[in-house]
Amino acid sequence: MTDGERVRVFLVDDHALFRAGVRAELDSISDEIEVVGEAGSVGEAVTGINHHKPDVVLLDVHMPDGGGAAVLAKVRTALPDVVFLALSVSDAAEDVIAVIRAGARGYVTKTISSQELVRAVVRVSEGDAVFSPRLAGFVLDAFADRPGAAPIRDPELDLLTPRERDVLRLLARGYAYKEIASELFISVKTVETHVSSVLRKTQLSNRYELSRWASDRRLV
Amino acid sequence: MSSQVETVVGAEIAVRRRRGGRVVAGVAGGIADHLGVEVFWVRAVFAALTALNGVGVIAYGLLWIFVPQRTTSAPDEAPPKPRERQQAIGLLALGLGAAVLVTLLTGAVSGWIVGPLAVALVGAAVVWREADEAQRRRWRDGARSGVLGRSGRSALIRIASGVSLVALGIGVLLFSTYQLDQIQFALVAVLATLAGVALLTVPLWIKLVNDLDEERRARIRTEEKAEIAAHLHDSVLQTLALIQKQAEAPREVRRLARGQERQLRDWLYGRDFGENARPTTVSAAIALASGEVEDTFAISVQQVVVGDCDLDHNLLAMVQAAREAMVNAAKHAGVAEISVYGEVEADSVNVFVRDRGKGFDQGSVPEDRHGLADSIRGRMVRHGGEAKVRTGPGEGTEVHLEMPRKQEARS
Repeated sequence: MTDGERVRVFLVDDHALFRAGVRAELDSISDEIEVVGEAGSVGEAVTGINHHKPDVVLLDVHMPDGGGAAVLAKVRTALPDVVFLALSVSDAAEDVIAVIRAGARGYVTKTISSQELVRAVVRVSEGDAVFSPRLAGFVLDAFADRPGAAPIRDPELDLLTPRERDVLRLLARGYAYKEIASELFISVKTVETHVSSVLRKTQLSNRYELSRWASDRRLV
Repeated sequence: MSSQVETVVGAEIAVRRRRGGRVVAGVAGGIADHLGVEVFWVRAVFAALTALNGVGVIAYGLLWIFVPQRTTSAPDEAPPKPRERQQAIGLLALGLGAAVLVTLLTGAVSGWIVGPLAVALVGAAVVWREADEAQRRRWRDGARSGVLGRSGRSALIRIASGVSLVALGIGVLLFSTYQLDQIQFALVAVLATLAGVALLTVPLWIKLVNDLDEERRARIRTEEKAEIAAHLHDSVLQTLALIQKQAEAPREVRRLARGQERQLRDWLYGRDFGENARPTTVSAAIALASGEVEDTFAISVQQVVVGDCDLDHNLLAMVQAAREAMVNAAKHAGVAEISVYGEVEADSVNVFVRDRGKGFDQGSVPEDRHGLADSIRGRMVRHGGEAKVRTGPGEGTEVHLEMPRKQEARS
């Protein structure tokens, strides 16, 4: 993305009212964002995304005919440049982990303020991952190596480095990237690198452990 | 006067078979309760009646069929003592023996008939008793476990032995009355008829089972719907009504909406720690404290807990300290959002309460302010933990609480 160009956003949510609200807010708040289209079901979303080829898709997690993960499964390989940001009312770990694993670049809940949403959209469009404190907590939980957790079978893939863990911890404590950088005496760029590699590990780590972890906690 | 009183008493204690303290089916006990006499005498009367051509057994059986069982166990009904049970069984045997003797002596009915009949009757009684038991268990455990509980095996054995006793009795009866080839013919005829009836009624059975299933499903749906409706009425609708009335006060509206969202979320996703239930784990306790602060001060508390463990005395103190830290932030920091992060590790629990508000100079806090010193630091130290505060004017405040976990609490 070059500077000065607006981020083209596509909205996917089964509630028309919610789409209208988000669209109005994004349009009114920011010049950085342009909503190019919207869809209310998985089918419409797949067609719309293929047609508009937006920069960022704001993706609802729960939809009647399959949900955000289904959209990701159908579109992601064909359009690797489109970035997905999950926007959901649910903050259940299973939902969060499912769309992140399916390839979403971030996850925010619907109670997010409009300014923060704009910032999140711009950030993911620039290749950054958006982790809310809650999401950071879930990932830490899923990768926990505390006694009693699921056994780790592929240490290369499944473990977070201590540094990544530190970054996630600070994220979960509500620190901004800039604050994390100064706290850990590293550059913001390094923080972003750590967060991206956490995201990659979350997407690659084996499904079995994450789902088992979720079902252990009766979150499924 | 007295007769009036008696009718009232009688109306209160309608004849109901006993649930506890019974030897066969609780019929004698029920009648004894109804009449207000000793069970022993009722049983004795049944035994005596049995001697008269088995009238007692028939009466007992009829009462068993027609008198309903009590719906709940009376608290004072203990299972019968061994002595009472022995006595009752003795009476039963006495009555049966007398019945056999009387029929043999009078010669009214051939002993060949009475013997097998008695065997068949005992078998039927065993099966009946089992059915009764199974029903009771179903009521007690809900529909899921029925006969297939832990006692399923013994129930099967009892039913099987009862059925074979009945079969034996009838078989012996028939064999002694007719010739063998007649029996064969009759047996084949009976079996053929039974098979035919079974075949003819198959659709009926299937329909019956389906109807039952459908009915049960519909009932469950209705009940669920009623429960959801009740809950929404109690919470969401009330809150929406309040919000409409208070539309001019955005702060209040936000507070109501936030509280309601949290409650509904807990209810939908099953993190149920209602108003009366005390949380038993660290994450539930932190969530509860965060919710209370959200409600009280109309701010949003972003709360994340990694890992979980049971709440003990020290950890409860820690959660209270964390709550105090949240309250401080809500009161003094001048922010709309607080972050609370808890992490349960193998040997300790850490909680961070952070705001991005005013912050303060730790040196300039007056001596008479006790919140931080007593409620947070003092409480943590008393329970073997520690509290650190990082703050400065304009930098926001972060309170870090750390509590080691007790040795036995680790898992």
